[in-house]
Amino acid sequence: MTSPHLQLVQLSRPATTPKVMVELSVDGHSVKVPEGSTILNACQQLGIEVPTLCWLETLKPVNVCRVCVVEVEGARVLVPSCSRTVEPGMKVKTRSDRVNLTRRLVLEMLASSVDLSTAPGMAEMLAEYDAKPERFGPDAETVAQPVKVDNDLYIRDYAKCVLCYKCVEACGEDHQNTFAIAVAGRGFHAHISTEFVVELPESACVYCGNCIAVCPTGALMSKREWELRQAGTWNESKQTATDTVCPFCGVGCTLTLHVQDGEIVKATSPLDNDITVGNLCIKGRFGWRHVQNGHASRGPSADPTAPRAPANH
Amino acid sequence: MDIKISDATPSPDERDAVDRRLGPPRASWDGAELRTARDMHVGFGGKEQRDRRHLLLPALQALQERIGWISEGGFNYVCERLSVPPAEAWGVATFYMMLSTQPRPRRVLHVCDDIACKVKGAKEVCRGLRTHHSPPLPHGVVGGHSEEPRGAHATLNEHHGAWTTSPCLGLCDVAPAGLLIEAGPVVVERSIGELSSEYAMGLLGGGAEPDDVLTQATTIGGIGALRLLKRIGKVDPTSLDDYKASGGYKALEKAFQLGPEGVIREVTEAKLLGRGGAAFPTGRKWEAVRTQPEKTRYIICNADESEPGTFKDRILLTGDPFALVEAMTIAAFAAGCSRGYFYIRGEYPLAAKRVQHAIDMARAAGLLGPTVMGTSFAFEIEVRRGAGAYICGEETAIFESIEGKRGEPRNKPPFPVQHGLFNKPTIMNNVETLANVLPIIIDGGAAAARIGTEQSAGTRLFCLSGHVAKPGVYEVPMGTTLGELMTLAGGVSGNGTLQCALLGGAAGSFVRADEMGLILTHEDTRAAGVSLGSGVVVAFDSSVDMKDILHRIAKFFRDESCGQCVPCRVGTVRQEEALHRIATKKTIGGVKGELALLEEIGLAMKDGSICGLGQTAYAAVESAIKRLNLYPV
Repeated sequence: MTSPHLQLVQLSRPATTPKVMVELSVDGHSVKVPEGSTILNACQQLGIEVPTLCWLETLKPVNVCRVCVVEVEGARVLVPSCSRTVEPGMKVKTRSDRVNLTRRLVLEMLASSVDLSTAPGMAEMLAEYDAKPERFGPDAETVAQPVKVDNDLYIRDYAKCVLCYKCVEACGEDHQNTFAIAVAGRGFHAHISTEFVVELPESACVYCGNCIAVCPTGALMSKREWELRQAGTWNESKQTATDTVCPFCGVGCTLTLHVQDGEIVKATSPLDNDITVGNLCIKGRFGWRHVQNGHASRGPSADPTAPRAPANH
Repeated sequence: MDIKISDATPSPDERDAVDRRLGPPRASWDGAELRTARDMHVGFGGKEQRDRRHLLLPALQALQERIGWISEGGFNYVCERLSVPPAEAWGVATFYMMLSTQPRPRRVLHVCDDIACKVKGAKEVCRGLRTHHSPPLPHGVVGGHSEEPRGAHATLNEHHGAWTTSPCLGLCDVAPAGLLIEAGPVVVERSIGELSSEYAMGLLGGGAEPDDVLTQATTIGGIGALRLLKRIGKVDPTSLDDYKASGGYKALEKAFQLGPEGVIREVTEAKLLGRGGAAFPTGRKWEAVRTQPEKTRYIICNADESEPGTFKDRILLTGDPFALVEAMTIAAFAAGCSRGYFYIRGEYPLAAKRVQHAIDMARAAGLLGPTVMGTSFAFEIEVRRGAGAYICGEETAIFESIEGKRGEPRNKPPFPVQHGLFNKPTIMNNVETLANVLPIIIDGGAAAARIGTEQSAGTRLFCLSGHVAKPGVYEVPMGTTLGELMTLAGGVSGNGTLQCALLGGAAGSFVRADEMGLILTHEDTRAAGVSLGSGVVVAFDSSVDMKDILHRIAKFFRDESCGQCVPCRVGTVRQEEALHRIATKKTIGGVKGELALLEEIGLAMKDGSICGLGQTAYAAVESAIKRLNLYPV
């Protein structure tokens, strides 16, 4: 009993058997892609830029944000390029008037209801589509609400949530298989929630932080990053990223340490890494503070929030 | 996955309610109270248990029907029984408006305040209740953007009823209408017609159970011989013998002689188009499923009729349930489906009861089961009830709902005939579509195709309500004019002067009083820029404030959007806000500016939404602006 959109995501490993190629045209350019590819794949192969929000190469497409829509000749409505598989002879337009209008409106709708201030690339996207969210007026309903700080490792600021479903996918079916969060409610009041809105420590959350890794707007953020941003000292231009191997167990996950002012401020893993596909566990994601224990600028030498390495793992 | 469940435990009543729906637990692994010695050695559960996920909604409904709301203990027990992660089950429980996750009194009256009831006095009913009884129960769920703590509404007196407003209950012919539900060991569900605030308060005060208004005669009529309504009100809908005596099960007999290809040939020849709104050729749909390599196939009757102003399916479900069971059996035989579902909206208790009864009687008579009519054809039907979600009338949302998930539509393709329910080829037919099958098989497809017009064959059911003298369901050949239909329903009531009519439902369009010559076929309505939709005609006399009606339609879409895709989730809100700004004279850029904004929102919803809800959410507004010139600039 699997649903049709439950196909395994094509990861970075190359396919072993050569696939049947499908030829289609995108913006007048002819392109051949393997059968089963999406329109987005074809666009990427051609170097045609298509904006995305809810799509990520490591997650199965949920096609809900609708910024990646394109016009397919013969189709009654626009189609989401992230999930629509190519068909021979398909004629796709990625920047027609219809496409531009819907993309602009979608961006305006999001920007007028959600705080997008920490969403990477969003300002550029809004500018490119000439989006003017203020035209919905000062009384336009928003999802503004207080930030949820209920544990020491990460915060949830749902005023910044565009409901892209990525965190739910990463927590559940696609990656972690924990299912601590899901979409609840309906319509404009749909939101990400635990059961009975319990705080994370009461929920099934295992603090892998894989939801943070996929969040496109900064609604989910490690507590350290959030604190630095609050203090006004978070500065990405001053940060370096260094790849290393997580020391905690034998899996050997690639760990990217983000360092600012000689201090680790964040740990991530590359999406294109064969082993992690961007995922980590609580130790890899958050268990780096002991490195800085005793560091002059960090105050107390014992960090009570740092998880201990298990003795027999 | 590890299921982490809180310490809250179910009450004996809650445990009993769930066990009655799911059967008793097998071991402490799936929720039994006692841990036996055997449980320490043998494990139960796993995939087998997870495969029962599709029973999530029925189990939650069992709690709702028994207690009146879903408590944490009862909720936990359901999760344990079905091995569903609590967060996922919470997502489902908070999706459906008839399920409450906050404490509620057992007796709740749902008062329809939708368009057809609105013009018949629903406002006065609500105002009376507000003034003399209590404020309505809040809609929405805990933990939205306006968060309220758990149990915030627990102060309501358990022994007094509460009321809440409701979107269209499909009782427009007896407007203003309500639905009374009293939870308990045997749930009481009654459709109420001609509601007044005094009557409503009597009901809430715990007075005697009223009769279901639908057990009385409903107004039906038509032009020419009735094909779909011929048994309504004449043949006992609870008697299989009476049904057979009136020609019942003759069509199935003939279908077995024709064989699957023969049946599909007749239906194709009859040029039967789906009556749910999309008008897809039924024969082609059946053929597409019949020729699938996958042998496990399903058929679903879409009886989630929730389009405001529509109640034709209710009349068929309550008045001629055996016909629908027979028609579904024929469709299943033709396409090779082994299992069928009636997905009946939660607001139709009598319909669900009658269809269930018909299925039980048919099974007892060997007309369903492993050997239908003694042939080798095996077919079973199950009734599933909705729980208050217009979106679950969308075909792929029904799949999700039956599978025990939130009723969020899927992107198409893939299409249901390939990947439908449980990812198997599935036929989805509207109630009225199925009702058409019997006369087609009996009289032959060619005879059916001769009725109506070349492109729109057969007869069609129309639901007339609002300001007409005789609200009801009327069966007319395709090609009848709107004016003839109005005459059939006794002409304009109210103040006697027609202002306009809503054609096709909230997702349809308004037509002016001077457009009564409109010919009701697919081709003529398309040419006129409107649509037949679900056969709705709501008439408004000249006293009605159409801006108010339009605002209610906008609110309807805003409330009923599932929230999955951005254009619909936010667009329906921005559309309602713009209409509100015009109404309160706080426009941005003047009325002209607002209309331009509405047009763009509408285009984005039409072009960018996943499903038909968002794609049609601007239709009525657009027609009010362009056809009625409601906002002259």
